[in-house]
Amino acid sequence: MKAKKITLLFLFICAVLSVNAQNKIPAVNVKTIDGATFNTTNMVNDGKPIIIDFWATWCKPCVQELTAIADLYEDWQKVTGVKIYAVSIDDARNSARVKPFVNTRGWEYEILLDPNADLKRALNVGDIPHTFLINGKGEIVYQHAGYAPGDENELYEKLLGCINPEVK
Amino acid sequence: MKKVLAVILFCLSFPFLAKAQESNKFGAGEIHGNFQMMAQNYLVDSTIGAKEVSEKIRMNSFANLNYINGNFKAGMRYESYEKALLGFDPRYNGSDLTYRYATYTNDDLEFTIGNYYEQFGSGLIFRSYEERGLGIDNAMDGIRVKYKPTAGVYLKSVIGKQRFYFAKGEGIVRGLDAEFNLNEILSTFLPEFNPEKARYTYILGGSMVGKYQADNDPIRILPENVAAFAGRFNFISDKFNFYTEYAYKINDPSLTNGFIYKKGEALFVSANYSVKGFSLSASAKRVDNMDFRSDRNADVNNLTMSFLPAISKQHTYALPSFYPYATQPLGEIGEQFEVSYNFKKGTKLGGKYGTLVTINFSNANNLDTTQTGNEQGYSAAFFSKGKMLLYRDLNFEVVKKISPKLKTTYTYMYQVFNKDKVQNVSGFGTVFAHIAVFEMQYKINSKKTFRAELQSMRTKQDFGDWAVGLAEYTVSPHWFFAVIDQFNYGNAIAEKRAHYYSGSFGYTKNATRFIVGYGKQREGFLCVGGVCRLIPASYGLSLAISSTF
Repeated sequence: MKAKKITLLFLFICAVLSVNAQNKIPAVNVKTIDGATFNTTNMVNDGKPIIIDFWATWCKPCVQELTAIADLYEDWQKVTGVKIYAVSIDDARNSARVKPFVNTRGWEYEILLDPNADLKRALNVGDIPHTFLINGKGEIVYQHAGYAPGDENELYEKLLGCINPEVK
Repeated sequence: MKKVLAVILFCLSFPFLAKAQESNKFGAGEIHGNFQMMAQNYLVDSTIGAKEVSEKIRMNSFANLNYINGNFKAGMRYESYEKALLGFDPRYNGSDLTYRYATYTNDDLEFTIGNYYEQFGSGLIFRSYEERGLGIDNAMDGIRVKYKPTAGVYLKSVIGKQRFYFAKGEGIVRGLDAEFNLNEILSTFLPEFNPEKARYTYILGGSMVGKYQADNDPIRILPENVAAFAGRFNFISDKFNFYTEYAYKINDPSLTNGFIYKKGEALFVSANYSVKGFSLSASAKRVDNMDFRSDRNADVNNLTMSFLPAISKQHTYALPSFYPYATQPLGEIGEQFEVSYNFKKGTKLGGKYGTLVTINFSNANNLDTTQTGNEQGYSAAFFSKGKMLLYRDLNFEVVKKISPKLKTTYTYMYQVFNKDKVQNVSGFGTVFAHIAVFEMQYKINSKKTFRAELQSMRTKQDFGDWAVGLAEYTVSPHWFFAVIDQFNYGNAIAEKRAHYYSGSFGYTKNATRFIVGYGKQREGFLCVGGVCRLIPASYGLSLAISSTF
């Protein structure tokens, strides 16, 4: 048993050694706010950047972050064409609350539901909030865990840094 | 040994293979993962009841590694509890590989061997999930197949055993789930119909789950196969959303229900209406003998198949979440209402920056039951409530931005908490509490922010009155500093009027965080996503590190 486990671990280390540096969003099924099944390979934005933000209705810093970005989103979109996917990990207790929660606050994000944390797990997210920035080629170029007021400025700088000039 | 050597040689050739074939193929995949550790040193404090811990220092940690290459994914998790932090089940003891899987996806077919997590519908009869922070993990170990035969039809099937600490539960779990998105199905017959632009969406679903466990009971004749069924319906329009799910379970005598032979059932209904700036929502739930586990002798949070979260609002401040409610899976009937309105900028109540007001009410009673005096245990009227109140919560929240720099939040809550029944203790009775919270956040400049909370809880029962003060200073993007004091000033026993103070600071760089804390932690329930865990009082220094790569 022990030998088997060591072999398995070793196989993994080998795989690690032979890996090329890339950083794509894994294909996972989540739900849209309208109940439809949505595969993350459909997270596209015509060669412009994408932000994925993991949040939940009960997570204070997450709501703080999305509220702060909501005020800036229109400007960010004008300058960079960015599209934000706010992925709620609320489980069955709160998932029905997500749509009214978002609408009351007037958020304009693309909202996705990940009630059993499948996408969260696939992207190796620990505690939320957790934010990913994906460039026009679909590569993760930056990620950030946690939120302190002002963090949105760093995110915006990184966003400016990854705009593909050809598309612009 | 030879085998191991062969594997090593084979592995060593990967990098070369990868280079030889450039893109694609085995070597071109990606590896990602995360790492988390939490260590605490334990000191003795008799006032708060922090007991001596013989190891002095304890640590929980784990790391996930995931390999992805095109349609192929594989991964593993290593967990270590040397020894488990206080509050975690002591059966988490030692270090081992606890999770490993491989998944292959080919167009509409996906299969997984090894460990996986899965949920059918809202989880009434099957949810396999993890809450690492609470020590909950009922991962499946077996096979899962997902298949989409045609547009709008989603099939899932699972078979395997559930995780039980470092081992597996005895029962074999088998399940099948089908979901039909009627709009997507219609689009295959009517090509001009675009499901994404439809005004109304209809989704139907059904699942069937069975468990097998041998009957080794010397006296009782127990069902070795227990089946459960669930059906769900979801109607969605731009402004309106309606969801309902009903579950039924055949007789399933178990440790938690006292080995009665009654059938089980659960009904969940939720509806909401929302437009920009306004929302109204309501939900109701009825649960009757629905504790469903893959081992009839399991208890607490072990080997659960049914997921029955409370429908009350999930509070996040310290005092409003002092008495967290958890669904009583053996019997409960409850409802919840919420209205939320965002007073627009420039109106009388909205002021210059708008005002967000939320009013929420929830209630849970026991079922109206009659003892039958036979193996059925009891019978329950479907639509009538029992006389015993389990939980009630009426709360108001106002979020008001005073200036671009200053934001305030006011919360008031009235709570009734049947401590004896919900926490399964005796002699405490029911707690009636009035709670108020004031929070302010002041932005000093674009990087520095000061935040403070003042909280008060008035109650004549249990521990009596509490007050909480919190101050937090953050410097984006790297630092935070916080101090908190929880003061039990109204405790009936004068010596127990203790201060539970603590301080912490943290450093964040991208997806890596370090947090150092020192202080006293009161005994209490820690809840994540509607599941709670009792944490004993502790005092000492703690260190947490987490990183995603």
